[in-house]
Amino acid sequence: MAKVIMKGNEAIAKAAIVGGCRYFMGYPITPQNEVPEYLSRELPKVGGTFIQAESEVAAINMVYGAGASGARVMTSSSSPGIALKQEGIGYLIHGEVPAVIVSMMRGGPALGTIQPAQSDYLQAKYGGSNGDKHLPVLLPGNIQEAVDAVKYAFEMADHYRHPVIVCCDGLIGQMMEPVEFDHPVEVKSKPDPADWALGCSRPGERNFIYGISDDAPDCERRNIRNFEGKYAEMAATEARYEEFMMDDAEYAMVGYGTTSRILRTAVMELRKEGIKIGLIRPKTAWPFPEAPFQNKNIKKFIVGEMSMGQMVDDVILACGDKTKVTFYGRCGGVIPTPEEYIDYAKKVIGGAE
Amino acid sequence: MSTVLFKKPEGMSDRKLHYCPGCAHGIVHRLVAECVAELGQVDNTIITAPVGCSVFIPNYFNYDTIHCAHGRAPATATGIKRVHPDKLVITYQGDGDLASIGTAEIIHCAARGEKITTVFINNGIYGMTGGQMAPTTLPGMKATTCQSGRDVKVNGNPIRVCEMLATLDGPVYIERVSVDSAPNVIKAKKAIKKALECQMKGLGYSFVEVVSSCPTNWGMTPVKAMEFVRESMIPYYPLGVYKDLTEEAK
Amino acid sequence: MGKTYKISCAGFGGQGVMTMGELITFAGMEEGKEVAWVPSYGPEMRGGTANCSVTVSDDPIGSPVFENNIDIVIAMNVPSYLKYVDKVAPGGCLFLNSSIINEEVKRTDINVYRVPVNDIADELGNQKLVNIIMLGAVVEVTKIVSPETILGSAFIKLFGEAKKKLIPANTVALGKGADSVKDQIK
Repeated sequence: MAKVIMKGNEAIAKAAIVGGCRYFMGYPITPQNEVPEYLSRELPKVGGTFIQAESEVAAINMVYGAGASGARVMTSSSSPGIALKQEGIGYLIHGEVPAVIVSMMRGGPALGTIQPAQSDYLQAKYGGSNGDKHLPVLLPGNIQEAVDAVKYAFEMADHYRHPVIVCCDGLIGQMMEPVEFDHPVEVKSKPDPADWALGCSRPGERNFIYGISDDAPDCERRNIRNFEGKYAEMAATEARYEEFMMDDAEYAMVGYGTTSRILRTAVMELRKEGIKIGLIRPKTAWPFPEAPFQNKNIKKFIVGEMSMGQMVDDVILACGDKTKVTFYGRCGGVIPTPEEYIDYAKKVIGGAE
Repeated sequence: MSTVLFKKPEGMSDRKLHYCPGCAHGIVHRLVAECVAELGQVDNTIITAPVGCSVFIPNYFNYDTIHCAHGRAPATATGIKRVHPDKLVITYQGDGDLASIGTAEIIHCAARGEKITTVFINNGIYGMTGGQMAPTTLPGMKATTCQSGRDVKVNGNPIRVCEMLATLDGPVYIERVSVDSAPNVIKAKKAIKKALECQMKGLGYSFVEVVSSCPTNWGMTPVKAMEFVRESMIPYYPLGVYKDLTEEAK
Repeated sequence: MGKTYKISCAGFGGQGVMTMGELITFAGMEEGKEVAWVPSYGPEMRGGTANCSVTVSDDPIGSPVFENNIDIVIAMNVPSYLKYVDKVAPGGCLFLNSSIINEEVKRTDINVYRVPVNDIADELGNQKLVNIIMLGAVVEVTKIVSPETILGSAFIKLFGEAKKKLIPANTVALGKGADSVKDQIK
C-alpha cells in the first residue's frame, strides 16, 4: 500500500477498520469528530455498524455490550467526554471485555479549550472508575504511530480481554502527514469467544460477563488473578520507548506525542552547539518504560509536556531521584515551541554545571 | 407415585431465589423463563442484569448474561443486539435503574427502535439500597428519603414510563401489566410473550411494565402490599396496552 | 542534512489558505519529500481567520509546529500580514496579497513579493482561484515543489478524479500568479 496523506483522526478511523474493528459507538466532541464522521461513512461499506449514541455514557456502555459479544469495537472521544466514559471503562475491566478507546486530548479542566493538550495522561492511565486495576495506554508520537497503535490495541484488547486506550494530543488528530496502513503489527493469541463471549457459548454451556462479584473473597480473587496474571504479563512485555541521540548523552529530554517532536527539534539544535543531549520518548504510559531512566550517565532528565506536569511523576519514580528531574510545560491548549525548550534546557544545564 | 405439581421452567437454574417473601420478582422471572422456553429460545437468549434487587439474575437464568452499569442496560443491550441480531435480547430493569439514572438510555433505545425487549419492574421504591424514594414513588407514599411521604412540591412528580415511551415513534409494543392476582399474572405472561414475539419477528422495540410490590420496604405484609398495588399503584399507573403496532409493522 | 522549508499560509476563512497548504503538502509527498500540515483551529465554523503550517523537508520532520523563523509566509489579508511579518526568517520570503494589503514593509532582511490575487481573479472571472494564483507566485519564486506536481497528481489525490475537469482553469490561474512575480525575482 502506498503512502497517503490523511488527517490524523481519519487515519485512526481507517486504522480501526484495517485492524478488524466493525463496531463503533461514539458522541460528537472536538477535536476528534473526524473519527465518527469517517466511520459513519465507511463502516457500513464493510458490513460494520456505526451508532451515534445519545451520550458518552451510552456510547461506552454500547461498547461494553458489543465487546462482551465478541466483536472488535472502538469508541473515541476527547477529554471531557473521556471523563464521562469512566464508569463504563470500569465495567469493561471487571467484565474482562476487550475494547479500544481513543482519547484525543484537549485543554482542561471542564470544557477547557478545543486546542491540543496532554493534560489527560493521568486520566488515561489511572482513570476515574473505581477499584483495583491498571489501564494499558499507548502514546503514539505521530500519525503513522497512531495508526499502528490502533491496530495493535485491538490485538492487546483481545489477548488480555481488557480495554486499551490510545492516547493522543489533539494535534495528532488534526494534522496531516503521509501514512501507510499495511505496517505489520504483532499478532497476539486470543481466547476463544466460545469460552467467554455473549451469544457465543457452546450448546449446553453459558457465558457470563460479571459486573458484580459474588462476595468479597470472590472480588479479591478476581483482582489477584488480574494482577498476577494479565497485569504482570503486560508489565513484563508491553512497555515501549524510543531513544534519540542517547548514546553519549549527559542530559535527556523526555516527552511523548507531539511534544516529543518539538523536543527532538530542540535536541538537534542543542547538539549543534555541542551539548550532549538526547531524547527519551515513552510510547506507553502504563506500563511505563523504566529502563531508559536508570541510565546513570544522565545528569538531568528534562521533561516536557503539554500540561502542568503529569508524566513527570512517572519519570521521578522510574529514575528514583527527584533531584535529577526538571519540568517545563505549556498547557490549556498552548503548544510549546522548540525555542522555549532550547532556552529552558540551556538554563537547566547551565545551572547544573 | 408422586405427581409433579410445579416445575421450574427450562432456562431457570436450581438456585434458590434471594428475594424477600412476597416480592414479585420471582413471579416475573418465572414468566420470562416460561415465555422464552415456550418460544423455543432457551439456547438463543441473552439477558442483561440491572443494578437493583435483580442484579443476581445470572444466578437464576441459564442464558448468556451480563451485569450492566446502573441504568445503562438499554445501551449495553443495543451493543449486544447489533452484534447478534438473531439472538433474543432482554433487558430486565427496575424503576430506579430505568426511570431515574437510566432515563436517557431507555428513551433513546426506544426512539432508535432497537429490536430488543425490556421488562420493567415498577414497585415505586429503591429495594436493594433500602427503601429510598424512586422516580415512581407515589405522591404521599413514604420512603427513607421522603419520610413524611412524597411531597410533589418538594420531591417532584412520579414518572409514568409507558405513557412517556408511547409518544415515541420507535417502539412497536408497549403494555403495562401487574402480577397482583392470578388473572393479571396470566395477562402479564401474554404481554411478555407478545413482546418477545415482536422482537423475534424483527418488528422493533417492545416494552412491558409490571406494576409490582415491595412488602419489605413498603413495611407491609405480602397480602397488604398486593392490596396497595390494586388500590393505589394501579389507579396511578393504569394497566393496558399503550402502543401496539405489531399488525402494522409486519 | 537537506533543506527544510517552514511555510505559513494565513488569511480569512474562505480564501482557500488551508487548501493552499494542502496542495503544497500533497505535492511535496508526491516529489518524495517529508511533509506535515498543521491547521490552527478555532471554534468558529465560518469567516474567522484561518492559517496552517506546512513543513516540506528532505529529512524526517521533528516539530511540525513553529512560531518563528518561518521560511515562507503567505499573507492573504492585513491581520495575517501584521501577525506574521516579524516571524519571517531573515532571508525568508513574504508573499502579500497586494489587492488588499498596501502596508509598507519596514524589514529589509526579507524578500517581499506582492501579488494582486483578487485583481487577477477578477480578470479570470473567478474569485475562488485566489489561492491558486498565490500558489503560482510562491512556487515560481521558491521552487519548493513543481507546478506540474501541484496540478497533476497532488490535485487529483487531494480532490479526487471527479475534480480533474477543474485542472485547466487552475493551470491558467497558477500561470498568472507565476507571471505576476517574474519581474520581482531578484
